[in-house]
Amino acid sequence: MPFRGGADLRPDDVSAMLDAVPDDPWFSWSYIQNNADALGAAFTEHVELTALAMLFAAVLAIPLGVCAYRARWLTAPILALSGVLYTVPSLALFALLAPFLGLTATTVLVGLVMYALLIIVRGTLTGLRQVPEEVRDAADGMGYGSFAMLMRIEIPLAMPSILTGLRIAAVSTVALVTVGAVLGRGGLGGLILSGFRNNLYKPQIVTATVLCVALALACDLLLSWLGRLITPWTRKAAR
Amino acid sequence: MNDVISQAVTWLNDPLNWTNPGGVFDRLIEHLWLSALAVLLGCLIAWPLGIWVGHTGRGGGLTVGVSNVTRAIPTLALLSLLPLTALGFGAPSVVPALAVFAIPPLLATAYNGVRDADPDARDAAYGMGLSGRQVLWRVELPLAVPQLASGFRTASVQVVATATLAALVNGGGLGLIISQGFGLGMSVGGGQILAGGVLVAIVALVIEGLLAIAEKLLTPRSLRPAR
Repeated sequence: MPFRGGADLRPDDVSAMLDAVPDDPWFSWSYIQNNADALGAAFTEHVELTALAMLFAAVLAIPLGVCAYRARWLTAPILALSGVLYTVPSLALFALLAPFLGLTATTVLVGLVMYALLIIVRGTLTGLRQVPEEVRDAADGMGYGSFAMLMRIEIPLAMPSILTGLRIAAVSTVALVTVGAVLGRGGLGGLILSGFRNNLYKPQIVTATVLCVALALACDLLLSWLGRLITPWTRKAAR
Repeated sequence: MNDVISQAVTWLNDPLNWTNPGGVFDRLIEHLWLSALAVLLGCLIAWPLGIWVGHTGRGGGLTVGVSNVTRAIPTLALLSLLPLTALGFGAPSVVPALAVFAIPPLLATAYNGVRDADPDARDAAYGMGLSGRQVLWRVELPLAVPQLASGFRTASVQVVATATLAALVNGGGLGLIISQGFGLGMSVGGGQILAGGVLVAIVALVIEGLLAIAEKLLTPRSLRPAR
């Protein structure tokens, strides 16, 4: 096996490449140092896509969850529609969107939002349904109107469940962004795919994967910390 | 826009696209075969473990931990990394990679199903002198069937969906129609991309529907949730 120094060096003979996996190390500092720029750009794209997708999904899904809760006749259609969307494989969804939206970040974003939607809607609905009837009765008796009840009683009490939904959605979204690589907009997924396709270059695939998992964990921790900040009462109850 | 749709319709209407070697039928069989093996492997690992943990009641946090960890691992990463290990390319690495994503729902439902068996029924069985193993086989497992079936459905649908990504790393399956379309470029392959997307989506939804029916049939009337 001749010496091969970086991600940009490709073996001349592709068919010979498939016969044997090159014995690159699984992890290489020199790869990281030499490709810091590419890694940084992919990481930034990954973070941007995740953040935007989560923002749009939360803004759409939480009101949708409230609608599904308030208007009983809407519950089944909203859950069924988002369930169908969730069953469609990510690659197929991107394939359905790409011919119309092009090979753009928008296509990836629309796909990501659709998947995150179901998770957050479910979390919101579960949380709102868990609000005890007595609490609602008491608020009713104290003269809370429909909107005040929602904002000051129901949503705060549903917050832990909404946050769980957001955390699961965030972790799934980080992982799902990688599939955007087929559209050329997959953040770290682009590095994974090109690492595999160009020369089965292990250090690139492993580094991108590690960054991806780390980003998912960071999102999870950030949201759980934010959640504790805005629901201080749950901490007291736990003690 | 209408161009792409008519291209996709043309692609779907060409019988050769279905029957050629590497056509839709070949890919469908490949896809279902890979998925079935992955679900089988997942069941072989997750069910005994989940049932055992549920029966003994030890290590319940395991099920939550496993699903949290696997959710953070990108499917694409696992599908690209496993072929580079001793497993090699093709089914030997694709099947375990897919099985990893089948395990969390299988494990969680097996654990919960056994764990949530009616305590009165369990007590009665012990009172009748059944051993721990007999309680597991004759009381807890039958009561866990609805949960096991629902986990099986979730896992299968997940694996069928994930298997489309195998195409990106030379793993085969229906996703190959889509990824070959992307390889041709949007102007030439647009119709094929759309046609592939429609096919894969339909296959996933049909499998979901069939398994939902199977799940209903497997659940005895007395164990069905009251609606």
